[in-house]
Amino acid sequence: MEKIRERAATLLAEGVVTLVLGYEEGTKRPRPLFCRNSESARKLIFDSRCIHNLAVYLTKKELVGKDRFAVIAPIATLRSIMQLYVENQLSEDKLLVLTVDPSGELRELVTFEDIAGYVEQFELKRGEREQEILSKIDEMSREERWKFWMEEMSHCFKCYACRSACPLCYCSKCVVEVNRPQWINPWPAPLANMEWHINRAMHMVGRCTACGACGDACPVGIPIDLITRKMMEDMAPEFGYIPGQPAKKGNALSTWKLDDREQFIR
Amino acid sequence: MSSNTDFEPKIIAFVCNWCTYAGADLTGTSRLKYATNVKIVRFPCTGRIDFLLLLKSFAQGADGIIVSGCHPNDCHYTSGNFHARRRWIAFRSILDLMGVDIRRIQYSWVSAAEGSKWADLVNHTVADIRSLGPYQEYQKIADYLEKGGYHGED
Amino acid sequence: METKYISQSGIEQWFNAIITSGKRVYAPVNSRGQIDFKLVKNLNEVSSEYIQTTQSIKASVYPKAEVLFSYEKVNGKVNLTDFDPESVPETVMWKVHPCDAAGFKPLSAIFNWDGADKLHNAHLAKTSLVSFSCASADESCFCTSVNGSPGNTAGSDIQLTMLPDGGAIAEILTSRGGELAALLPSVFEADKGVKKEKYLVDLPARFSLEEVNTKLSKAFNSTVWKEQSERCIGCGACAFVCPTCACFDIQEDVHGSKGRRIRCWDACGFAMFTLHTSGHNPREHQSQRWRQRILHKFSYMPERLGVVGCTGCGRCSRACPVDMNILEHITSIAQQ
Repeated sequence: MEKIRERAATLLAEGVVTLVLGYEEGTKRPRPLFCRNSESARKLIFDSRCIHNLAVYLTKKELVGKDRFAVIAPIATLRSIMQLYVENQLSEDKLLVLTVDPSGELRELVTFEDIAGYVEQFELKRGEREQEILSKIDEMSREERWKFWMEEMSHCFKCYACRSACPLCYCSKCVVEVNRPQWINPWPAPLANMEWHINRAMHMVGRCTACGACGDACPVGIPIDLITRKMMEDMAPEFGYIPGQPAKKGNALSTWKLDDREQFIR
Repeated sequence: MSSNTDFEPKIIAFVCNWCTYAGADLTGTSRLKYATNVKIVRFPCTGRIDFLLLLKSFAQGADGIIVSGCHPNDCHYTSGNFHARRRWIAFRSILDLMGVDIRRIQYSWVSAAEGSKWADLVNHTVADIRSLGPYQEYQKIADYLEKGGYHGED
Repeated sequence: METKYISQSGIEQWFNAIITSGKRVYAPVNSRGQIDFKLVKNLNEVSSEYIQTTQSIKASVYPKAEVLFSYEKVNGKVNLTDFDPESVPETVMWKVHPCDAAGFKPLSAIFNWDGADKLHNAHLAKTSLVSFSCASADESCFCTSVNGSPGNTAGSDIQLTMLPDGGAIAEILTSRGGELAALLPSVFEADKGVKKEKYLVDLPARFSLEEVNTKLSKAFNSTVWKEQSERCIGCGACAFVCPTCACFDIQEDVHGSKGRRIRCWDACGFAMFTLHTSGHNPREHQSQRWRQRILHKFSYMPERLGVVGCTGCGRCSRACPVDMNILEHITSIAQQ
């Protein structure tokens, strides 16, 4: 932790970066911190509780500015950074990544190749919560799944925290804000809520990195992260990627293969 | 199901202009008879058929949906149907997870020369949907505001 | 206003009498790991161990989306169907916290400031609030800093203060509260003379509203807004769980010659909220939207409507995914 503070302070003092995005102690758990001078670098912390995906800020120009900045990134954030990179949302010369490896060593990842090499070492596993809910869903009949999700969806009030918390939801105009035509009714109702969440999942096909930020942000506790997570897991064999491994150029839905599965097509 | 003999399924078909629409046209000019339950919506390409259109059809009372276009390698725009196929794979998986009845969406390739295949496709789909019955489960949630159930009591 | 005593079994009998009367009763229920107001039929469904429900009673008293009127064009003539206040069912909100009950004053001030809002007033007229004073609080609670208290009776029709014997001090505060009590008058016994203060949580005030107001009156161009809001991701969670946030959007739902106009919740934290048709957005950055949220609650509302727009329930702080803690932010503004 001390090493991160020191390094961040040096980077800022020497003018290598103008901003270090990291974590500080919050009122309930660590929260994002924008360090713009070496003074505030003293507030930085980093431990296993630092789970907020800071990649969500990297595409916000008004926050990160034009100059080079550093971000303190646990593994989930690194996966998002790789995805943003293959979608041409980040550039190497503006970003410096700091992370702490499992042995507690501070690592500086400068190029996307470095990041990819680092991410490759980590396997993406389901956590206890994900395992519990997903295996419950696996055992349900179709009718039960419909009931389960409709009940969950009835709690959604469309605050769009899922969208705001997602590092990959960086569209300047979201489909729910397009009103010619109004694809998805803007008011919260089970159908409109479900259409929104199906839509979100479709837009995440082959892109979601299962960081869990959407589910974590949902104020009414809908396990929405599991929709995109399950989709990611199920689509991996179809589209030939390995969940959790660094993203490669060419998203699942912007490419195709001649032998894509088609036994469901009559 | 015998109880569904009175039920006439409403089916929306989203088809591409170049193959399936022409194929359906051929069905007519060949004087082949097929079920009248289908309403055809013509698109430039299967790659243009947004998945939300399918959801909207269910919400507005469709009991079944047909999505059809050119055979692989036959796309007028070279790869529109390949992109569409990938999207369908993902869409089916998400719908299945959410508990939407994916048996009600029939995907197909029908070329401009396959007038009889189109008739078969429609007839089969109508028979399938007839045995599944009306898609009330989905239609029920569509008029949520009107029921006054907005307080979330049901 | 009169004070009575009600025993543990008396509470249950009275609750059942309310249910039998046909009124809908909403109470905090633990389901899916969340405590929220739900329609209940039995007292044993009601949650006991919790500090605060995730959503405020706003979520149960008002629909999240509501039809203002509907219309249909028939033979060139338009038939309008207006909102019918009589369609709102009689509702009792059970086990409301004082901070929730207090929220109706600012809401009414907003909805009626330049004309009476038929829908808001209809819902209010059909809703009775049975509040329970607070014996516990957490680090997000700050009602005592915004003119409230754990035993504040403002907005409540009846307030119960739970006693160690399982019974409660019952303060019947309004005529509507009297009507509720009259459903089973026998269980309301003579006041035992116990002071309720003894059973309330001690929650010292964290800031002074006057001080905050003075600071805010000069803070419009302060850098504090940018500093505080940098981590805000611009979702509407805070507004949607708030008992006093009233922002709404009007939407048109048209199908052919039929349609309806719908009012649904919105949030000033959304970038789209102030976006003009021209493309210009007067609150372009999140910092401006954060400033609006704070100034509206703590400056504009006290100035223009004479009521502070925050009841100190702390829900926004609990719901925020990035820990935008309103108490911390207001305290730091007060100390500047």
